[in-house]
Amino acid sequence: MDKKNLLIAGILVIALALAIRMFFLQIIDDKYKVNAANNALLYQTKYPARGEIYDRNNNTLVGNRTTYDIMVTPRDLQEFDTVDFCNTFHADIASVRRKLKNYRDNRRKIGYQSFTFIKQVSAKDYTLFAEKQYKFPGFYAIGRTARVYPYKAGASLYGYINEADSAYLANNPEYRRGDYVGITGIEKSYEDVLRGKKGYNIMVRDVHNRVRQSFMDGKYDIEAEPGKDLVASIDGELQAYGERLMQNKVGSIVAIEPQTGEILAIVSAPGLTIEDLDNIRKDYSRLATDPYKPMFNRAVMSAYPPGSVFKTVNALIAQQNGVIKPETRFSCTRGFYYGGGKMGCHGHPSPLDLKQSIMMSCNAYYAQTFRAMMKDPNHQPISNAFNHWKEQVNKFGIGVKLGSDFPSELAGTLPSTKTYDKIHGKGRWSAYNILSLAIGQGEVGATPLQIANLAAIIANRGYYIIPHLIKNAPDSARRQKYTEKHYVGIDEEHFGPVIEGMYLSVNAPAGTGGTSWRARVDGINVCGKTGTAQNPHGKDNSVFMCFAPMENPKIAVCVYLENAGAGGSWAAPVASLIVEKYLNREVKRKEFEEAIIQANLKQFVPVKKRR
Amino acid sequence: MGYYERSQARRVDMGLVLSYLALVLFGWMNIYSAVYSEEHSFILDFTQRYGLQFIWILISIGVALFILYIINPGNYAPISPFLYIGMLLLLAAVIFLGREVNGSKSWFFIGSFGFQPAEFSKITTSLLLAYVMSQWNFSLSNRKDAMRAALVVLLPILLIVLEKETGSALVYLGLILVFYMEGLSGWVIILGLSLIATFIITMAGSPLAAVVTAISAAALLRFAFSRKSVWLLTAIPVIVLMCFIPSLSRVESLSFLRSLRSEVWALILFIPHTVLWIKDLFTGKENRPSFFLLLSLLSAVILTFSVNFIFTKVLQPHQRARIENLFGITEDLQGIGYNVHQSKIAIGSGGLLGKGFLNGTQTKYNFVPEQSTDFIFCTVGEEWGFIGSLLLLAVYIFLITRIIHLASRQSDAFARIYGYCVASIFLMHVVINIGMTMGLLPVIGIPLPFLSYGGSGMVSFTILLFIFIRLDMERQMREN
Repeated sequence: MDKKNLLIAGILVIALALAIRMFFLQIIDDKYKVNAANNALLYQTKYPARGEIYDRNNNTLVGNRTTYDIMVTPRDLQEFDTVDFCNTFHADIASVRRKLKNYRDNRRKIGYQSFTFIKQVSAKDYTLFAEKQYKFPGFYAIGRTARVYPYKAGASLYGYINEADSAYLANNPEYRRGDYVGITGIEKSYEDVLRGKKGYNIMVRDVHNRVRQSFMDGKYDIEAEPGKDLVASIDGELQAYGERLMQNKVGSIVAIEPQTGEILAIVSAPGLTIEDLDNIRKDYSRLATDPYKPMFNRAVMSAYPPGSVFKTVNALIAQQNGVIKPETRFSCTRGFYYGGGKMGCHGHPSPLDLKQSIMMSCNAYYAQTFRAMMKDPNHQPISNAFNHWKEQVNKFGIGVKLGSDFPSELAGTLPSTKTYDKIHGKGRWSAYNILSLAIGQGEVGATPLQIANLAAIIANRGYYIIPHLIKNAPDSARRQKYTEKHYVGIDEEHFGPVIEGMYLSVNAPAGTGGTSWRARVDGINVCGKTGTAQNPHGKDNSVFMCFAPMENPKIAVCVYLENAGAGGSWAAPVASLIVEKYLNREVKRKEFEEAIIQANLKQFVPVKKRR
Repeated sequence: MGYYERSQARRVDMGLVLSYLALVLFGWMNIYSAVYSEEHSFILDFTQRYGLQFIWILISIGVALFILYIINPGNYAPISPFLYIGMLLLLAAVIFLGREVNGSKSWFFIGSFGFQPAEFSKITTSLLLAYVMSQWNFSLSNRKDAMRAALVVLLPILLIVLEKETGSALVYLGLILVFYMEGLSGWVIILGLSLIATFIITMAGSPLAAVVTAISAAALLRFAFSRKSVWLLTAIPVIVLMCFIPSLSRVESLSFLRSLRSEVWALILFIPHTVLWIKDLFTGKENRPSFFLLLSLLSAVILTFSVNFIFTKVLQPHQRARIENLFGITEDLQGIGYNVHQSKIAIGSGGLLGKGFLNGTQTKYNFVPEQSTDFIFCTVGEEWGFIGSLLLLAVYIFLITRIIHLASRQSDAFARIYGYCVASIFLMHVVINIGMTMGLLPVIGIPLPFLSYGGSGMVSFTILLFIFIRLDMERQMREN
């Protein structure tokens, strides 16, 4: 074959390839014909109303209001009165012009796509727009829902919703640009329940490609399916009250119903406000750089040293392990002395038995209890004893994630033998090196949620249900998860002395040494335990956990205040007000209440200056 | 005088002229349809593209007549260097003085009329290439001559790439066919094609797939040339074995196979085969074609390993995006993939017979951007269907093969080489444009000759074709 024929043969082969492709596109593959019909039809999305969230008393926590997004199809735009347009929406004329210019410059790329031009226009502005919509060809409105929060509280809890970003869209193909999605809090953890299903109206373009009319009289339109409502375990009133108490304070409050594990209130201060949720797009960078970190949910994320409230854990484990008995007494000479070291204690009668040790919060008692556990002949060497102890502590939900429906929940900290091997060298540490664990200091860190859960465990005499926010989770997996009892491996009888100690700590006559007397509420048997945790930055943290009433506990509370001093001084009164408010629905001690609300404890919190 | 003109008219190749007129008319109809709306339905409305295109068609026909009957064809060869240099200056000037349109600086504007030098430089380049290669002592095997001819093609490419009109520059690569017809070894073409195939397989499949394909193809070809059945016998088991690699790696003791990178696999398969081959070459057991085959194989494998580099470092982001879109690596139907997706919908919706003139919905509603220029084939596909598209393709193929056929019969080397140039340029435009609208090739914005809207294109393609028709007339007159 000569070159000419070879070349012509080559050209024919290429032509054949093109012809085969044509054949496939035009004859074989139906996909493109269907798509062509879709092109001529316009699917107008109908967005579902997001599910609402109610509190345990059926008050609305998170509701909906209708807003409108103004959409634009740049291809349909004609000359219009920009000034009139901007007045209607209170929009900045320069930015509108900039957008329009951008559409003009990219018109080839844009083709027939539509975009959101202005987000969340109020119903009032929408009515204005609807009247003169004919003046603005190319623009139309679609109904969206925006959130309202009647209680003006609980912002950190609900979390915010925002338009799904590119990264989210990439991982969640069922979402489209313009869809809203929960980013934090309940909005995130129950996104699947709340979001609902989108519907659409099918519209037809006519020959002029302008007037749109309903396709087949709406026969094939699909209604949007609204999201399901959620009932939260939260008590809206208590939540708002808690946030009021925490103003000008740094720390958190967690209140749980012990029998059910339902979270009644959960406050992280300073936290997000409802206004922040509404303006999250605008304020995000300010919130993210605020030195008090309002985006950081202390209640479920902050691993605080629990301080003396942790003594209850050691008291329970030591009894279970047979290391101490309720009548065991240890002497205390204003502290516990060991080989050159000393763990200080405050002045109180000595020697104390178990319940008195809780009541008066004796450090020496727990130093010796903890040493006895570490020297337990059944578990030697010390690493075994430590691991045994650690396992038991983990069962209390400390050092592990509880598994609440809070998306951001963290595990707190609990050291392992490795930690100490690293600090002191393998096999070169003894009970004395880790003695601070006896009183909840040192390497242990618990979140306020975990501490409140500890109070619930004691209130329940031995078990907890994973703390959770939503009562009516629609799927059985979650329902089962949040009704299952988790036993902590401590026999019920061992709770008696601890509870009694906590009762005395609050209710013993003045002058007998109870540390929690400021938590007293007339007519309610509150059981509490103070904690004063050392804070390397500034004053001690003030910690308090309690439950009430003693016989049939309805509420378990943890209050954690950063740099507020002794646990009895501030955390205990805050907790008492929460208990009173929840059980009596009303606080009688008005002056006391006012003093707590007005107290500014934030001033003691050292703030790291941002560079 | 009168007799002379009539006899000349008879010698005009009517096949070419008729297909030209058919294409131009068909193009005008499709532009009308693409821009059509009931608001302005007069076909000679000069505010609209079809009205303007009508003017361009008239101008083009005027130019064609001018070329056929006024200009002495003997002038082309001697003035081609001056035209070429003048055009190079224009190409360079537009980089600095031109206006930016769609990201490339390749347009001069005189009033509202744009003028794209890159379109016209195809003519001057073809003329000079024909002039250089038709010198009496020119030979491609003379390195100096070959370099000179290559330079004629490469200079405008360079300038056009600097204008960021990569698509137009690509068209010049088609001139390799001219070199082939004038004595370049066919192996170079095969090498080029196999490299393109390697690039495609690597992008669409994997480096492993590309190397396996290359080795298999080389082994089969080698068998074809050496006629030693032993090679086929070794190639087949290797290919069959490779098919089992995925299932072999599922056996627990061989699970380490899975962790090997595919590049390593490629090398394991590639090295023994190649070493044996080289050994045979040196011991004289292999012949010359086998040497080229080995060269192709080696280049293919090297390319396979450098595809990633070329792709991320050499190509511009928008070019990368177009290629990724073509191979379905990224699917972005709203963004970069929008044009092609809509174009495929428009063409595909045409079916066998099409929706009929002016009845296309996809084209009416402007779903396809650049409807009347680079994507004019969508209108053809939608309104004239498979039959219409096939006929259009057939007319193009007729035009191109007819030019090649006539060129090969020229006794004058200048006319012959010029003819090959014209055929190659049309071929590149047609294949790239239609391939692009059907999603076979990445989006490369070049017009479809005689159909796409645009004055520069219309006039320059007309000049390109009619100079050849005029040169062909000379031959016929000489022969008579």
